[in-house]
Amino acid sequence: MSIQSRIEVKLKQCFAPERLEVVNESHLHAGHHHSGSEHHGAFDGQGETHFRVRIVAPAFAGLNRVDRHRAINELLAEELAGSVHALALEPAAPGEKTRW
Amino acid sequence: MSAITDFIASEVKGNDVVLFMKGTPGFPQCGFSGQVVQILDYVGVDYKGINVLTSDELRQGIKEFSQWPTIPQLYVKGEFVGGCDIIREMFQAGELQTFLDEKGVSVKGAA
Repeated sequence: MSIQSRIEVKLKQCFAPERLEVVNESHLHAGHHHSGSEHHGAFDGQGETHFRVRIVAPAFAGLNRVDRHRAINELLAEELAGSVHALALEPAAPGEKTRW
Repeated sequence: MSAITDFIASEVKGNDVVLFMKGTPGFPQCGFSGQVVQILDYVGVDYKGINVLTSDELRQGIKEFSQWPTIPQLYVKGEFVGGCDIIREMFQAGELQTFLDEKGVSVKGAA
């Protein structure tokens, strides 16, 4: 299973989202060099290194921004500790304004 | 506490606004860090940028300190505010300026 699919499955199971979009943005970062980080060399843009998660779920109602991010980061801790280098998050509760 | 935790704690305590980032405010080495630099510069707040790429220990240490897995990370008056997405959302909603005001941090206003 691709990392993208695994992220989608985990998010669906945990948050039962009304809407969900997991976007692989790795190609946008092709050629970026991260010297001094755990990722040596440059990203080739072909892999699964950079993701954006857009999610609308009731679970986020009543949580502030930091706690929403923490909930997702904790769920995806394994992926973040592994090959996922960047995770942009756009969590919202139902009824909140989204831009996607 | 380890030396790195002491260092982070003292930076966060000793400066009103601290941005842990990849690169420096003058030369960000990551797009997400660069976005936060642009926002803070636009808002016109004084802040201290700390380059986590200067040491492995610092890069890991800040993640553990904040219990937050990604860089950049913004602290205001000792409080963790968020990473790139959160700062951008707050800025776009006009909440960042209000938040800084409420915290008693002076902003020079958009240039």
